[in-house]
Amino acid sequence: MSSAPEIVFAGTDGGALTELAAYEAVGGLTALRRAREMTPAQIVAELEASQLRGRGGAFFPTGRKWSFLPKPEQNPRPHYLVVNADESEPGTFKDREIMLRVPFRFLEGCLVAARAIESTRVFVYIRGEYLREFEVLVSALEQLRARNLLGDVTIVLHRGAGAYICGEETALLESLEGERGQPRTKPPFPAIAGLYASPTAVNNVESITTVTPIIEMGGAEYAKLGVEDSTGTRVFSLSGNVVRPGNYELPHGYPLRDLIYEVGGGIADGRTLKAVIPGGSSTPILTASEAEKVTLDFDSLSQAGTAIGSAAVIVLDDRCCMVQLGVRVSQFYEHESCGKCTPCRVGTRWLTQILKKIEAGHGTHADLDLLLDVGDHVNGTCLCPLGDSDAIAVASYVAKFREEFLQHIEDGGCPFHGTSSLDGIVAPTDVHEAHAGGAEIHRPLEVVG
Amino acid sequence: MSPTLHDEIREVVKEYPEPRSAIIPALRLAQERHGGWLPDEAFRQVAEALDVTPAYCVSIASFYDMFHTEPVGRHLVEVCTNVSCAVSGAQRVVEAFERELGVHAGETTEDGNVTLRTVECLGGCGWATVVAVDNRHHLRVQAGDVGGIVKELGE
Repeated sequence: MSSAPEIVFAGTDGGALTELAAYEAVGGLTALRRAREMTPAQIVAELEASQLRGRGGAFFPTGRKWSFLPKPEQNPRPHYLVVNADESEPGTFKDREIMLRVPFRFLEGCLVAARAIESTRVFVYIRGEYLREFEVLVSALEQLRARNLLGDVTIVLHRGAGAYICGEETALLESLEGERGQPRTKPPFPAIAGLYASPTAVNNVESITTVTPIIEMGGAEYAKLGVEDSTGTRVFSLSGNVVRPGNYELPHGYPLRDLIYEVGGGIADGRTLKAVIPGGSSTPILTASEAEKVTLDFDSLSQAGTAIGSAAVIVLDDRCCMVQLGVRVSQFYEHESCGKCTPCRVGTRWLTQILKKIEAGHGTHADLDLLLDVGDHVNGTCLCPLGDSDAIAVASYVAKFREEFLQHIEDGGCPFHGTSSLDGIVAPTDVHEAHAGGAEIHRPLEVVG
Repeated sequence: MSPTLHDEIREVVKEYPEPRSAIIPALRLAQERHGGWLPDEAFRQVAEALDVTPAYCVSIASFYDMFHTEPVGRHLVEVCTNVSCAVSGAQRVVEAFERELGVHAGETTEDGNVTLRTVECLGGCGWATVVAVDNRHHLRVQAGDVGGIVKELGE
């Protein structure tokens, strides 16, 4: 295992700090006290010195994002801090563990961030499926309130109701205003006109939680961790075909190979590595040999043609059919497309249909060209990157595993002959179609007895 | 005397600068009171409490996966079938539930006790397969665990 310093999970010793006294015993609330003696500009300056970049997936510098908000004298409308706790990118489960294990470090970060942007209203938009995490935050917030530690800040814990798109910041704001969660045109950006058309900072849970140790240790000290352009630690969500999946906090720049083979214990069931999705399902796939070479930071993964995204590393072994992977990933984006922009609404469905045709053995070489062409017409043509994610992910499977796609076409069927790890998976979109009288997807039920 | 749905919604509204922001919590409260789904009556109640139209409430409810506009069972079993769960055996878990319950994914048992459905990523990818039973997450579920989970749901 790595001996890397824990920043986000510091003091937990593998457990959870859900009682305020236990959190204070490991130095909790130091940042809050310090921040209340600092001016907002000083807090922003510490964040800029830390070079913290957003942990939700876009990797935008947090301090710079805050600096875009007007001062209250420039815009007298209330300023809002909205925390994006709507973690839903497939492969990602880090924010959930952060909220469960260090709820006070997270809420302390909310209070510090609110001070930095001169806000007294904080909304935490937590995905509806995270019920236990919501309950832990309710308890932690109640403990802070009982000790009068919130000052003049109100924190509202707002549960979503199941929509991946609400992780997109403007869709999240729409949802929080009581609308359908559909993205807005940008500009204006939320910093200028966000929640209720007021100046708003939207930050991810891990980013906000990291604000706390940055104020404790100082931005310059934090920036010594990690590598250039990717400072600090990151909570990597490791999943798929590894022996020890889980969340691991490691410094940026950590070799992907070591995450899989040392931290993760290698490939499960004695299989061999086939591919890695390095930053959540919307990031381009890496072949096994590419995965051997990269390190987990912005620059290394960008140079390899992919992205660090939400730091969700999905490991796939040699049983995974790449066409089936395309179907499964594309179905997800089809299901989650909000329907506002035509290229995404139509394109994600079209991509799925072409991939299903190829998987079924009815695809032609022209279909493979069409698949990439449809993707090209989705990519970059919509208000948000949801459709792009589908197009880019699928295109990467074709680019890296073209032979496998051609084999499906030329052999008239799946070369895995029912042995792929994804074989027969019943996705929600399949169920919808069956109920709408579409394709019959269900296998007959076997009578056991 | 227990508070009415209207009172409960008006209480939640106080947390927000604008009442409409409370529509998700309001619909959730209504769904809990109506046996896990939202009949027309529920939409009328939420609309009345938030001063919006019932049609507006329907347009919001239909957008989110956790709201049900058709009756569901007393218990809701949801199996994640996204990539990480899928490559870890989620399909065998789905099939085990189908056998135990005698329904396909997307259906409700004849006695109205359990609705089974497959869902997109539940955010537990490292603890595959994730199964949500009435929004409580069971982690690392294997086909062999399914009988025990179904048994706990009773008749």
